[in-house]
Amino acid sequence: MKKKGEKLQGLIFSLPALIILFIFTLLPILYSFYLSFNKVNLVGDISYNFVGLGNYIKALRDPRVIVAIQNTLKYVIIVVPAQTLLALLLAYILNSGIKFQTGFRTLLFLPTLTSSSALTMIFMFLFSVNGPINKMLVGVGILNQPVGFLYDSKTVLYAIIIMNVWSTVPMFMTIYLAGLQDIPKTMYEAAEIDGANAFQRLVKITVPQLVPVTNYIVMVGLASTFQLFDQTYIVSGGSGGPNNATLTLSLIIYQYAFKTFGTIGYASAIAVVLTLFIFILTMILRKFSNENVTGEGLD
Amino acid sequence: MKKVHLSKVILYVILIVYAVITVYPFLWALFASIKPYSEIVGSGLKLLPHNPTLENFKYIFTQDPLFPKWVINSIVIAVVGTVLNVIFNSMCGYALARLHFPGRKTLFMIVMICIMVPAQILLIPNYLIMKQLGLLDSYAALIIPSAINFSYIFMMRQFFISFPTEIEEAAELDGLSRLMIFFRIVIPMARASVGTQAIFVFLAFWNDFMKPLLYVTSQEKYTLTLGLQSFQSQHATQWNYIMAAAIVTIIPIVIMYILLNKYFMKGMKIGGDK
Repeated sequence: MKKKGEKLQGLIFSLPALIILFIFTLLPILYSFYLSFNKVNLVGDISYNFVGLGNYIKALRDPRVIVAIQNTLKYVIIVVPAQTLLALLLAYILNSGIKFQTGFRTLLFLPTLTSSSALTMIFMFLFSVNGPINKMLVGVGILNQPVGFLYDSKTVLYAIIIMNVWSTVPMFMTIYLAGLQDIPKTMYEAAEIDGANAFQRLVKITVPQLVPVTNYIVMVGLASTFQLFDQTYIVSGGSGGPNNATLTLSLIIYQYAFKTFGTIGYASAIAVVLTLFIFILTMILRKFSNENVTGEGLD
Repeated sequence: MKKVHLSKVILYVILIVYAVITVYPFLWALFASIKPYSEIVGSGLKLLPHNPTLENFKYIFTQDPLFPKWVINSIVIAVVGTVLNVIFNSMCGYALARLHFPGRKTLFMIVMICIMVPAQILLIPNYLIMKQLGLLDSYAALIIPSAINFSYIFMMRQFFISFPTEIEEAAELDGLSRLMIFFRIVIPMARASVGTQAIFVFLAFWNDFMKPLLYVTSQEKYTLTLGLQSFQSQHATQWNYIMAAAIVTIIPIVIMYILLNKYFMKGMKIGGDK
């Protein structure tokens, strides 16, 4: 009697989630694959022309895709190590019995709260020709005259890199801090009795104990950096310029899907490859990740 | 003894320098928003305004025809989206934790996999699906596909697994139906988890840029994040207005952060936002 009631209740309770899950997650995943094997025409009624692996092969030969891959990789390779190391360093300092720990932590959280859109606006202003960064650099004599950092293909990606490291470090620092606080104090006490100095304790205890947290942080870092979109879109007004310097994979997917006609299937193929790549990377790193850190088994 | 003291000083210096680097852009934006344009461009490195003014805020709220609409759009979408998420995620988490129904294990497995699926792959097909459903360029396009969140379904499941059954059993004896028990007794007792979830979901809706960009085309339906960007392309280098607009998008979140700080910190411990 009770069991039978539960069947119905279970269905009722999960129904809203089930409907959305089906229409806006499972179906789209399959649809994405289908699109990627077709040339899709959106004018009038949607029509599909099966092209097999054509879109995938075309992507490999597309010089703009190659540029987008290069830009994205450059971004990932600089940002992920930089944000991870900085976050660890700051968390370590915060955890070293410093006063005002909560105050610092609260203050440093500010960028995590702010939208990419507002942050990018603020940095476009800071980096602008009349902005404080130019004024400072000219003031101390590093630059002879103001530079339009965001209009120069040599500097624009680095400006975005600085901004994004700045904005993501505090969140990862907070996660590291929680990880540091979970390391048993007795381990440090024992090491101290054995005569280990601060540096040895860091290398021999802290870093190894934090491996699962680091795995998690690298995993999240990779997944988000590979999808860089908002900042490059806003800085370049969606063009990926100047001179393709801010063209990332997500941006090129957007352009092919929504800005040029007849290339939505092509865009889907690039999206499928990017997604599979991130998904597999995440799965591998998750294998090494501590369950508690990823949220499993908590509460 | 003296050496220890010195190393502490170095640590404080590093932290203070980093805190300044973090806060400085916000202060610069905040003060720029109350400066007249001429002062922003001409005043060198002076942070504080010479003639503070609320003119910029007055302008964006009264002279700009769209800005007030964007504020309202963002509020409506974030609030409705958050309420739906809290209800749906909690219900599904509860079903996964407590109710024995066919397909429960499969559903749980799918939820766990979906947590890892990058949003990237959903954008194009969802655009086409919403086009077919006639949902494009509406609040619904921004709310409905995001009305559930797999991470929080999972979080709620974990919470309900360790939730005492006795209370519900007692309520059941009093003749309350399962749904009534859930909304009147269980949810209020799950306040902390619900609060954490609500805050991070709200933040994600409020700050989202990509979905509004793809799914909304008429300017009067823009959210603040998207509006800010179009505002910038219209006003080019009128940083006084742009900074005022940016500050308007940040302030509500900062107030929320100050008032509900413990929920934020709890959320970060659980693994942060996705």
